[in-house]
Amino acid sequence: MDRQKLQRIGVTAASSVAAVLFALVICGIILLLTGRSPSHVYQTMWDAAGERRIQYDAIQRATPLMFAGCAVALGFKMNLFNIGVEGQYRIAALVTAIVGTRIGFLPAPLHVAVELAVACVCGAAWAGIAAFLKVRRGVNEVIATIMLNAIAISLAAWLFNTYFRYTQGNSQNVTTRPIPRSGWMPDIVKDQLNGFFIVALLVVFAYWIVVFKSRFGFRLRASGHNDVAAKTSGISSKRMIVTALLLSGAVAGFIGMQQTLGDSHAYSSQGFVDGIGFLGIAVALLGRNHPIGIVLSALLFGLLAASATKLGLIKVPQEIVQIIEGVIVLSVVIVNEASGRWVDKRTQQRAAHAVEHHLTQLGVTA
Amino acid sequence: MTTAEPNTEQPYAVELEGIEKRFPGVIANHDVSLKVRKGTIHAIVGENGAGKSTLMKTLYGMHQPEAGTIHVNGQQVHFKSPAEAIAVGIGMVHQHFMLADNLTVLENVILGAEPARRGVIRHAEGTAKVAALAKQIGAHVDLDAPLSALGVGQRQRVEILKVLYRGANILILDEPTAVLVPQEVDELFETLKVLVAGGATVIFISHKLDEVLAVSDEITVIRQGTTVGTVTPDSITRSRLGEMMVGSELPKPIPRETKIGTAVRLEVNGASAKVVGPGSQKYVFQDIDIDVHEGEIVGIAGVEGNGQFELCEGILGLMPLTAGTIVLDAKDVTHETVRHRKDAGIGYIPFDRHREALMLSSPLWENTMLGRESQPKFNIGPLINVRGSQADCREIIHDFDVRTPGENVPAFALSGGNQQKLIVGRELVNNPSVLIAAHPTRGVDIGAQNAIWARLRTARDAGMGVLLLSADLEELIALSDVIVVMFDGMITARLTPAQATPELLGLYMTGTRQEAAA
Repeated sequence: MDRQKLQRIGVTAASSVAAVLFALVICGIILLLTGRSPSHVYQTMWDAAGERRIQYDAIQRATPLMFAGCAVALGFKMNLFNIGVEGQYRIAALVTAIVGTRIGFLPAPLHVAVELAVACVCGAAWAGIAAFLKVRRGVNEVIATIMLNAIAISLAAWLFNTYFRYTQGNSQNVTTRPIPRSGWMPDIVKDQLNGFFIVALLVVFAYWIVVFKSRFGFRLRASGHNDVAAKTSGISSKRMIVTALLLSGAVAGFIGMQQTLGDSHAYSSQGFVDGIGFLGIAVALLGRNHPIGIVLSALLFGLLAASATKLGLIKVPQEIVQIIEGVIVLSVVIVNEASGRWVDKRTQQRAAHAVEHHLTQLGVTA
Repeated sequence: MTTAEPNTEQPYAVELEGIEKRFPGVIANHDVSLKVRKGTIHAIVGENGAGKSTLMKTLYGMHQPEAGTIHVNGQQVHFKSPAEAIAVGIGMVHQHFMLADNLTVLENVILGAEPARRGVIRHAEGTAKVAALAKQIGAHVDLDAPLSALGVGQRQRVEILKVLYRGANILILDEPTAVLVPQEVDELFETLKVLVAGGATVIFISHKLDEVLAVSDEITVIRQGTTVGTVTPDSITRSRLGEMMVGSELPKPIPRETKIGTAVRLEVNGASAKVVGPGSQKYVFQDIDIDVHEGEIVGIAGVEGNGQFELCEGILGLMPLTAGTIVLDAKDVTHETVRHRKDAGIGYIPFDRHREALMLSSPLWENTMLGRESQPKFNIGPLINVRGSQADCREIIHDFDVRTPGENVPAFALSGGNQQKLIVGRELVNNPSVLIAAHPTRGVDIGAQNAIWARLRTARDAGMGVLLLSADLEELIALSDVIVVMFDGMITARLTPAQATPELLGLYMTGTRQEAAA
């Protein structure tokens, strides 16, 4: 029995690795066509990946991706596609940066804790709009969250430019008022690795417990899996939709925190990390919504992006990494589909086989 | 046996011989023989689950039979796909229309076989051809109207046009009248008559006896996966046909040794519910009064689609009542949630196990926990007790003889009968006060059927009340203490199993006769 489970995991892992390799091959071809040596490019990235500084950078880049991956995966588990992670973390970052400046009287750990709570609440509230629309008005969450993304980005820009701009001296960098030191997330390795990495691992762990191990998670997965059967068993799907989206939004609230509380210590519209919400979809897909898969995919994406910073030295555009990421996602979807079907078929055959075997042992003929 | 017979006269349009079709654990068709004359309307009647649709899918190439031969117009054929069936002139009008709402009638008809030159659709050519076809069958449809503007009857006409446009001269109509109002049914029959007059052959699937008798030239009856016989409408009475359909040799009810208790487990009082459609309201069931006593099995007979499913949803709390009350063990639960009612002691074996009961790719132990996950033995604090849940599942597997390599295999890996035993086990281990059992043995083999029946009897003897819904009269008579017949959302009769003859049940089930609900 456990052998079967192991086989399932093995096939899943193998298919994900195959997808990544396939993506590297495709990009190799693209590099060849543009007259560059794929081996040189990959060698450069590989060497970079061996450097301590690049490794820290990779983890730094992976951290928000873990949050994003979890946020998206939470939705997927309830059969919801939360594309609105992007907008949710944007709103959360702005509000947290503002609140963070007003509660400087709190001692350091409490200050950070309140900031994180604010971020969660904001992310959840923004996702809650989509949840409300879906449950009350039947609006598809994909449409609602895409629209809310556009609104969030514009709303944040307007609020920032109109009310919260703050210019330090004659600096070019326009931000909100800086957050006092007590509201900063400390670094693990000074200026290289922020404490949010630990928070991300904790959130992934919590995701695992809540979704895969708890009674609530069971109900969530049951609703996502077979809505009608869950309803017939007394599980309210509306409640599950609302809870899943709120939780997803709350986790999304963490995404912008590393930058806001660990790096720039303020919200700035310039240079604010964007697109993480969409990358989160890729992370969740590649990681198959599994906590370990999410961590590994986030680290892979982080490492690709970090090592690509060296590509400038050999005059290869860094964008090649985005192509790799895109192809990974596409091939992962294709490969998963195929391998999933194969595993299903095998499982079915085995079960039939085992039963037949059992019957012949009993001397019964089917 | 007749395959070697020389074609002395005109060959049959369709000739099936010894068809056998199995699905894992179920024999859907067995030794089916069917001969359809050219230029006739040939009806295939049988109850839901009798194997009509399976047979038609075989003929249309949607799946391949394990044994048997198919001849079309005298030629033996082996269809690997519907495309090959279409190529020899077979067309199928599905029960659920396969049409695109956002296209016009014309576009829908020609979709997939557009007259085109260099990739440009030649609308004029299409219009001419389709208009001629429409005229031929007397269909008045505006070819340029968007499909979304059409009513159900007209949509069906479009489906038929679509099939004819592809050159079909043998049309299979799968329960075409199920979705139509009476006037539309008449129009459809006119169309069918025009079609056969023009040389086409129509195979018409139905379980409505009146229609079948009114429109067809020949009738083949299917029961429990096999053909029972072929008759002509003028040689048979309605009740005799009904008897053929449900099986004339019904078992004598097994006398029970235990007594029905006096306590009422479930009371349905004057329950009604409506569905609100676009511009209309229709009662799905109305004024239903049913009492289920301790240790009693109340059977509900009825042709599917007469409100039984909705009644179950109403009792469970999935569908709100517009009037009436549901009382469980003397407590009014009319306004309680599904969860509350289930916890208070309603068990449910649903109509469609894949849709309503199982998470197909989840392991069995998660499936047996579903709906019971708030019970202490499945939890450690807020977490799931995996070992406990697995042990519980193993017990069900053992006690209910579910044939599976273990509790960790996903539910889809099991055969239908074993899935059903698992569900029966899940619902019975809770010791519910009342079990609503809808088609508890549908699609399962005889062995599993006997096991499930024995289980239901044991639970009944222990004091459980059972509301048994079934299309299988044998099952109803074998198990029930009283049989209630539902037709068109209302109770038309209450009988004892001894009174219940197939003729009588057939009359009540098809609404020919009504008894003042006592």
